Amino acid sequence: MTSLWNGDYLFLLENLIVKDFKIRYRNMSLGVFWSLLNPLILMGVLTFVFTKVMPNAVPNFPLFVLCGLVPFNFFTVAWNNGTISIANNAGLIKRIPVPREIVPIATVLSTTIHLGIQIVLLLILTLAFGRGINVHWFWLPLLWALEVMFVCGLVLATSALDVYLRDMRYIVESACTVLFWLVPIFYTLDIVPREYVTVYEFNPLAALILGLRRILYEGVSPNGDAGLVYKLAFTSTVTFVAGLAIFSRLKHKFFDYL
Amino acid sequence: MTVIEFKNVSKAFHRAVGQRLLRHYLEDLLGKSDPDSFHALKNVNFAINDGESVAVIGANGAGKSTLLSLVTRLAPPSAGQVTINGRVAALLELGAGFHPDLTGRENIRLNASLLGFSRKQAGDLYETIVDFSELHDFIDEPLRTYSNGMMLRLAFSVAVNLDPEILIIDEVLAVGDQQFQTKCIDKIFEIRNQGKTILCVSHVGPLLESLCTRALWLDHGQLVMDGPTHEVLQAYEGRTLHAPSE
Repeated sequence: MTSLWNGDYLFLLENLIVKDFKIRYRNMSLGVFWSLLNPLILMGVLTFVFTKVMPNAVPNFPLFVLCGLVPFNFFTVAWNNGTISIANNAGLIKRIPVPREIVPIATVLSTTIHLGIQIVLLLILTLAFGRGINVHWFWLPLLWALEVMFVCGLVLATSALDVYLRDMRYIVESACTVLFWLVPIFYTLDIVPREYVTVYEFNPLAALILGLRRILYEGVSPNGDAGLVYKLAFTSTVTFVAGLAIFSRLKHKFFDYL
Repeated sequence: MTVIEFKNVSKAFHRAVGQRLLRHYLEDLLGKSDPDSFHALKNVNFAINDGESVAVIGANGAGKSTLLSLVTRLAPPSAGQVTINGRVAALLELGAGFHPDLTGRENIRLNASLLGFSRKQAGDLYETIVDFSELHDFIDEPLRTYSNGMMLRLAFSVAVNLDPEILIIDEVLAVGDQQFQTKCIDKIFEIRNQGKTILCVSHVGPLLESLCTRALWLDHGQLVMDGPTHEVLQAYEGRTLHAPSE
């Protein structure tokens, strides 16, 4: 089924992103400040727990934990909002022949605006903790782009499945809760048993956090001995292609099921 | 040139009897035939030529809206073949992409991009759209403060200024007050007189007779009559009038 829609993709994408962003903040008195509040509060709580209640040996713990919280926060918000995006825009999907892929992708991209704000916070904190700018910062845009691509792939798959099985959104929510513990946000990879380390490195979210820490916190190349960036690029590409394939298989019957 | 062609087209829907459980999906996957499926369209054949204006009539639930959703390619047919040549503008449900928290101006921009306008076209047409809607004083207010009539005015103004090759109208002619309705109808006649193809669903007989030269009559998903509007309307109204005594 070829779509009859032959409009301006970029213009549409821009409008959908701006719409999501405006709607979320228009009626909030604190506005975009909310983007900063969530990671800052969690950073404070985790720092309290892991330096006062259960002290550990990681120095500059707030920076260490924020390197994990910023990508994780983006991941959960984008994945959850993206998953329900098709069902939530049923009116649009059933009435206007826009290319369906653009709806979940715009939802993820509108979340990148918050990500941008949080990245600024992360970089300021990096400098505040006396970690200077180094040459490895050039890797940062690529790492973030790979994460966005990975989340787009996931969201394409789960948003399409959510049309048929509305339980999908709860599965995604639960998966995010589980991932908070299975991704090295508040612990280092060193304490993970050896046999599991490869699994961590092939998990794009964990790989991203490890890469960020190497760049910002340790000031070394994100690749390490394990070729971390290549693994991240590989899994993100595979996820994106698979998500696109699942979506285009399922999209033809959206009209019947919404 | 044929712009819309239906060949042996059928469209079936699942009957959503209560909750759909995992079992139902597994049955779908395994290809078990669904005894409860409901045929909204059955074996429909017709072709519409460039520049024709065609009315679709029939009782509620006869399959009119389903037919329009197939023409706009929003839904795929269950069987048969649908061929469309040309850019379709559908006035199916006005304001489908509107959001209450965005202003009139922002909604025009968003709706324009959804309907396929480019950035430049949207910019060029913005004034025309606002002028047509006559909503200058409220254009920077959020849509939730609009009355229903104002919202429909805005939506109609966006859709009708898209310059479509095929215009699809689904019972949306009752927009706003008498004066604005007349304006909308004039605009539709103007589009028709430019030689565009029009597909129109309405229950207003006199309007259909003056707007459309040909009519399709759907009954329970089947095309029962296809001919000049006047004859089809007469047959349809005759049947409806006799219905209670049947």
